[in-house]
Amino acid sequence: MTLVLPDPEALCAGLVQQLKPRVTADTALVGIHTGGVWLAERLHTALDIALPLGLLDISFYRDDFDKTGLHPQIKPTQIPFEVDGRHIVLVDDVLYTGRTVRGAMNELFDYGRPASISLAVLIDRGGRELPVAAQYVGAQLEVPTDRMLVLDRDENGKLRLKLDA
Amino acid sequence: MRNPQLNDKGELQHLLSIEGLPRETLTHILDTATSFVGVTAREVKKVPLLRGKSVFNLFFEASTRTRTTFEIAAKRLSADVINLNIAVSSHTKGETLLDTVDNLSAMHADMFVVRHAQSGAAHLIASHVASHLHVINAGDGRHAHPTQGLLDLYTIRHYKKDFTKLSVAIVGDVLHSRVARSLIHALTLMGTPDLRVIGPMTLIPAGVEKLGVKVFHNLEQGLRDVDVVVMLRLQSERMRGALLPSAQEFFKYYGLTTEKLALAKPDAIVMHPGPMNRGVEIDSAVADGSQAVILPQVTFGIAVRMAVMSILAGN
Repeated sequence: MTLVLPDPEALCAGLVQQLKPRVTADTALVGIHTGGVWLAERLHTALDIALPLGLLDISFYRDDFDKTGLHPQIKPTQIPFEVDGRHIVLVDDVLYTGRTVRGAMNELFDYGRPASISLAVLIDRGGRELPVAAQYVGAQLEVPTDRMLVLDRDENGKLRLKLDA
Repeated sequence: MRNPQLNDKGELQHLLSIEGLPRETLTHILDTATSFVGVTAREVKKVPLLRGKSVFNLFFEASTRTRTTFEIAAKRLSADVINLNIAVSSHTKGETLLDTVDNLSAMHADMFVVRHAQSGAAHLIASHVASHLHVINAGDGRHAHPTQGLLDLYTIRHYKKDFTKLSVAIVGDVLHSRVARSLIHALTLMGTPDLRVIGPMTLIPAGVEKLGVKVFHNLEQGLRDVDVVVMLRLQSERMRGALLPSAQEFFKYYGLTTEKLALAKPDAIVMHPGPMNRGVEIDSAVADGSQAVILPQVTFGIAVRMAVMSILAGN
C-alpha cells in the first residue's frame, strides 16, 4: 500500500487560516527543532506576529536520554521574549506519541510561566502515549507504526513530507 | 591499540585527554556547549538530563575553581554531586586509589571527576571501573587537563570563529602546565596553523617542537601579530631547584604588560586558566583590560563541562 502524503504547503496555508483569528499582541510562536522551526518560520511571517520567533531544541528534556544518549546535533534553544503572561503556540511538524510536546512544555516552564500554551501541528498521526492534543491541525493521517513521518526542506526552501523506514 | 576513552561502539566513554580524540568529537562537545551557554543564562539554570545520577568529585589535589565549576555543571544537569577532598581523608589513612574508587562504586556512583597529582591517575581509574561508569580527568600531574583545553578552545572559537587562520601564543611556565599540553593538542587537532610557546629555557619542556609548536625565548618576538595570547600560571609550588631567579625577574622578561600586548594584533584576546598571579605573569592593567577574556573563560567552562558530562552519561 502506498500512502499518499499531503502537500505541506497547502496544510501550512490551512494552519494560517485556523490561527489568524486567535492572534493577539501577546501571542508568541515557538518552533520545535527541526521541522517545527521551518513551519513556525512560515506561520510567523504569514500571521505577521509581533513577538520574535522562539526556537526550542528539546534534547535536554527528552525522556529517552538513558536509552539513546544525547542527540548528536543539538541546536541552541532561543526564547527571545519574556515567557511570563504570554500566549504561546508551540509548533511542530508531526504529532505522534506526545513525548516531544511534554519535553517542550517542561523546557518552556524553565523560562517562565506562560498565560497559556497551545499546539499547532502539520500532521496528527495518532498513536498518543501521553494526554496531549493539538488545537490547530493541518491534517490527520494514519501512518504504519514502523514508519517515521518527517518534514523535509529542499534547497529552494520548499517543504515536503517524507516517510522513513 | 584501542583508545581507552572510547567504548565498543567508538563513542566517548571517558574523557582522559584530548590527545587521540577525533576532531568531530571536539566539535560535537563545543557545539553542545553552545546550547548549554543558553541554559546557564536563563531564569531556571537547570536541565533534567542527569536526574538521578551521582557524580563524585574526587580531588586528590587542591583546586577550588575546577572543583566548583564541575560541581555547578553537574548540579545544572540535575545530578547529585558528592565532593570528596581525598587529600585529607582516607588517602592519608593508607587506602589505595583503587580501593577508594571501589568503595565509591559500591555507593552507586555514575561518574567520577578526578584530579590527581600523578599523571595517569584518571587512566588507571578508567581502566579499573565497571563499564557503565564514566571518568573525567580534571587534571593529572603534568599530563592533561582536557576540560580546560576544551574551554580554552571554546573561548577561542567564540571570539575568533575560525581556527585555521589563527596565531596563538602560549606564554610562561609551559614545563609544569597540563593546561598548555591539552591546549596544544586541541588547537593542532582543529588545524591552527601558527602555534607558539614563549618562556625561559628552564620552563619550556625539551622536545616540545615535536608537537608542532614554535619556541620563543623572547616575549616581544613571540607576541608579534598573534590573535590569541594564553598566559600560564607560574607554578612555583611545583618547582624544585633553581628554575627561576625570582618572580620579579620573571615578570620583567615574561610578564604581559600593556606595552607588550600592543605587539600582538589590535583585536588579540588574552586568556588565563587561573588562578592568576598578578604582577608575576600578568600585569593588572592587562588582566582587567578590554582584551582580557579571563572571566568569560570561567563561564564557558561550566557549559563545556555540562556538555562533556551529558555526552558521556548518554554513551
